[in-house]
Amino acid sequence: MMLEVRRVSKSLGSFSLRDVSFSVEKGDYFILLGESGAGKSVVLETIAGLMVPDSGTIHYNGRDITREKIQNRRIGLVFQDHAAFPHLTVAENLSYALYGALISKSEKDERVKAIAGELGIGELLARKPGSLSGGELQRMVLGRTLIQKPGILLLDEPLSSLDTRLRSDLRTLLRSLHRNGQTILHVTHDYEEALTLGTRVAVIHQGSIIQSGTPSEVFQRPASEFVAHFVGVKNYFPAKLETSNNTSYAFTDNNFAVRIVTDIPSGEGFVLIRGEDILLSDTPVETSATNNFQGTVLEIINNAYGTDVIIDAGIELHALVTPDSVEKLGLRAGKTCWVHFKATAVKFIKR
Amino acid sequence: MFLNTTPLQVFETAREAEVRDSIWLTIYTSLAGTLVFSVAAIPLAYILARKQFPMKKIVTGIIDLPVVIPHSAAGIALLGFVSRESALGKAGSVVGLDFVGHPAGIAIAMAFVSIPFLINAARDGFSGVPVRLEKAALTLGASPFRVFFTISLPLAWRNILSGLILMFARGMSEFGAVIVVAYHPMITPVLIYERFGSFGLKYARPVAVLFILISLALFVVLRWVAKEKSSEVAR
Repeated sequence: MMLEVRRVSKSLGSFSLRDVSFSVEKGDYFILLGESGAGKSVVLETIAGLMVPDSGTIHYNGRDITREKIQNRRIGLVFQDHAAFPHLTVAENLSYALYGALISKSEKDERVKAIAGELGIGELLARKPGSLSGGELQRMVLGRTLIQKPGILLLDEPLSSLDTRLRSDLRTLLRSLHRNGQTILHVTHDYEEALTLGTRVAVIHQGSIIQSGTPSEVFQRPASEFVAHFVGVKNYFPAKLETSNNTSYAFTDNNFAVRIVTDIPSGEGFVLIRGEDILLSDTPVETSATNNFQGTVLEIINNAYGTDVIIDAGIELHALVTPDSVEKLGLRAGKTCWVHFKATAVKFIKR
Repeated sequence: MFLNTTPLQVFETAREAEVRDSIWLTIYTSLAGTLVFSVAAIPLAYILARKQFPMKKIVTGIIDLPVVIPHSAAGIALLGFVSRESALGKAGSVVGLDFVGHPAGIAIAMAFVSIPFLINAARDGFSGVPVRLEKAALTLGASPFRVFFTISLPLAWRNILSGLILMFARGMSEFGAVIVVAYHPMITPVLIYERFGSFGLKYARPVAVLFILISLALFVVLRWVAKEKSSEVAR
């Protein structure tokens, strides 16, 4: 593996990182997902050398760099707030890392022009950072780091300060960098970025990693209520699980019973159902699903992933369907409809 | 004072070799003192801006000392460092240099009382440079040395230049500390005093007026140059 973070802990006043461990393989696009204040930036800073951990080790390409000086680590870090050098031109910012490199001046100029071209800022070389837009700045600081050809690229919330269009432009850029072989460790609070860019995801909460795996593993099998909530699963309810005669039911607070298949016999916890797993019909159909309920449509909301249909079926359920389906079934607020989902689509997380 | 002195008197005074030599001496000793001591003062200001260490408050207090103590007392304190019996004085005599009564001693005295202005201005300048930028430079492989010269210094330059001008100005106007260390050769503040004491107001006044005019011109030019330079850097 290229980067191995082993049991890193760091105490900073009221916040602490606890026993953080994960590894990044060459070619990974690794996403560290967590809310603001969860410790993601601290993790990046210890890897880059801006902070030294209280305990634990960091190995990069087999070398222990835990206490290595920042300038010797050769790890590219792109800060959230850019940290562009205001008194230098774009070209000088880009070439900053090339000082002392054993290449000729013309070669340096070539590299600067090449990277500026790749990033779409070739026209801005003589300008100063003060006159650049947010998106241009972001690309400049990315270029400034990439010009050193770092083994691993650390990104701290690179898309957060951008508007939607720029965000998708930059996302495309990052994807192509990855496709061209760049290993990336990307830190964010946005689970959409994790889904669309990551090859591996680790969720960090209150200073510890609570789940890691491929994006599918994390999003389809969230290991805790926090992860479920964070990754946007909308159907989750406190529930009590009971099993009798090999049949399990989860009872929500108002005694609504959901049939579930699980190897946990009983207990208090949460029930999760993904919106994509809920089927709708406008007539009571016989299906193989064991959970079939009649309900009333409360609201229909369009979003980036489809249409969220909110139904009161005794509990409030969110079904994610295509806009066509809404049309086909003639769904609208107030209409009666039926919800169907399999017992195997229901997950129980024990408290 | 200006009204009582005619331009002719000022002109005549300017022609006196003693006066011209004195003014020139004042200018170059203060300049030399400023430049020589800035080499140590500026890095010191950087350390004060960035590092925390146990005795920091005491060190900051000591740095401000020359501004608050009486100038003649400062001069006496300096004599302890530069007189022929002191370590520095002995080192000086090896190269035939005696600080007491020598322009070098004058420069040291001027620098001593005015260095706090440079240190404080430089420290403010460095404090205003975001640490983030220095760290970013480090992640790009620059040594701390290179970071200082390519990032910290340029971004703090406006304040540092201001501090240098202030130190130069303050040095040029010093009297008390200088007369203790080196009454001769006479810098202009001393010359004015001596003429006043020996010959009276009428003889001293033209020198004072001339010196004030020259100082004024010098600093207006410096401020103007500083403004040009620093607005370039800031942009």
